Amino acid sequence: MCLAVPGKITEITQTPIAKMGKVDFGGVTREVCLEAVPEAEIGSYVIVHAGFALNTLSEREAEETLEALRELGEIEGELLMDESSQG
Amino acid sequence: MKYLDEFRNADLVKIVLEKIHRTVKHPWVLMEICGGQTHSIMQNGIDQLLPSEIELVHGPGCPVCVTSLELVDKALAIASMPNVIMTSFGDMLRVPGSNRDLFSVRASGGQVKIVYSPLDAVKVAQANPDKEVVFFAVGFETTAPANIMSVVQAQALGLKNFSVLVSQVTVPPAMHAILGSPENRVQGFLAAGHVCAVMGYHEYLPIAEKYRIPIVVTGFEPLDILKGILMTVEQLEAGKFEVENAYGRVVSKEGNIPAQALIKKVYEDCDRNWRGIGMIPMSGWRLRPEYAEFDAEKRFSVENIKTKESDICIAGQVLQGMKKPPQCPAFGTLCTPENPLGATMVSSEGACAAYYRYARVEKE
Repeated sequence: MCLAVPGKITEITQTPIAKMGKVDFGGVTREVCLEAVPEAEIGSYVIVHAGFALNTLSEREAEETLEALRELGEIEGELLMDESSQG
Repeated sequence: MKYLDEFRNADLVKIVLEKIHRTVKHPWVLMEICGGQTHSIMQNGIDQLLPSEIELVHGPGCPVCVTSLELVDKALAIASMPNVIMTSFGDMLRVPGSNRDLFSVRASGGQVKIVYSPLDAVKVAQANPDKEVVFFAVGFETTAPANIMSVVQAQALGLKNFSVLVSQVTVPPAMHAILGSPENRVQGFLAAGHVCAVMGYHEYLPIAEKYRIPIVVTGFEPLDILKGILMTVEQLEAGKFEVENAYGRVVSKEGNIPAQALIKKVYEDCDRNWRGIGMIPMSGWRLRPEYAEFDAEKRFSVENIKTKESDICIAGQVLQGMKKPPQCPAFGTLCTPENPLGATMVSSEGACAAYYRYARVEKE
């Protein structure tokens, strides 16, 4: 139940009660409460659980993680090459 | 989908797996806290790709599994009352109470509706002003803000026919309970990423320090989980016990401050009885007295509940990482997702359901 899915904000409405909006999850759009992500704008990615945005998703962090893993791949590849040349 | 597919990339998964195989030198027992992670691990076969030195045990992070039997029975009693519409997340409907479940209440004429969001339950209340609408607000920290928004909305709309049956639990006290047990086997934790999205991870620093155990905030996609495992194993092999974050795109150390403010405004700490585990002091939240009018336990008189748990089910030991589901004599025979003896066999986050669904049976 703690599953949460990233989606892109397509619409924001400030109701008298809360900041609400529409979020697109790869083609499926749902109404989401954006009350806890005051910084989020149209086009921002948010991580949504039970109709509530838990956080904005840091696109920079996502790219950095993937880049670090690709670099790890290069290092691991070199290590394997070294081992096979020694072996 | 963006920010999901990239974290399922098979080439990157292989790279991290190789690095884990290269790093591990000793046997280690790791616990993933969250049942959503358990299912991701099973679904993607991660447990079978890891070196044999790493054993994953499955934590208590399944809200419908740990909701106390007494509260389940209360929900069943309230749902059976005339003029009540009980609303709930779908997972909760087949959770066994002492002698029935919400599905059987519905089959015998009770009104039970599945909602995707607590805010949908408020809409049900608006659309049915002549009915009492109750939302069964189960959940960990992740679900607290959404559950709370239903109360905030109902209050702002002046709804008099909406209430919540609250079963909110929190992760850190459960970690203390697991680590403090003489039967504990856990040497490293993958902390639940979406709990930390709300709460941050500063709460885990004293736990890592006290029990000298590494804790790594971990996400849910295969790459996220493997990265969490790698960082935990690197710490264990180096003799470190720090709190680290392997889910930076969603989690910050301080968490979501506006969400925490909502929680503080509406909830207060309380003791909670965890199904199968027992009472854990100050391990949950309840509505503050200012919100008592929305408390279903106060609105409906359901006292004198006598609970009766299955004699065979070992869900409590499974939830604490002491036993694996196939060690239960009823697993897959007397207890199946269609006829569950315990909640861990029903929920999409329950460890027994994961083992049943992905056919994991212990090797002899």
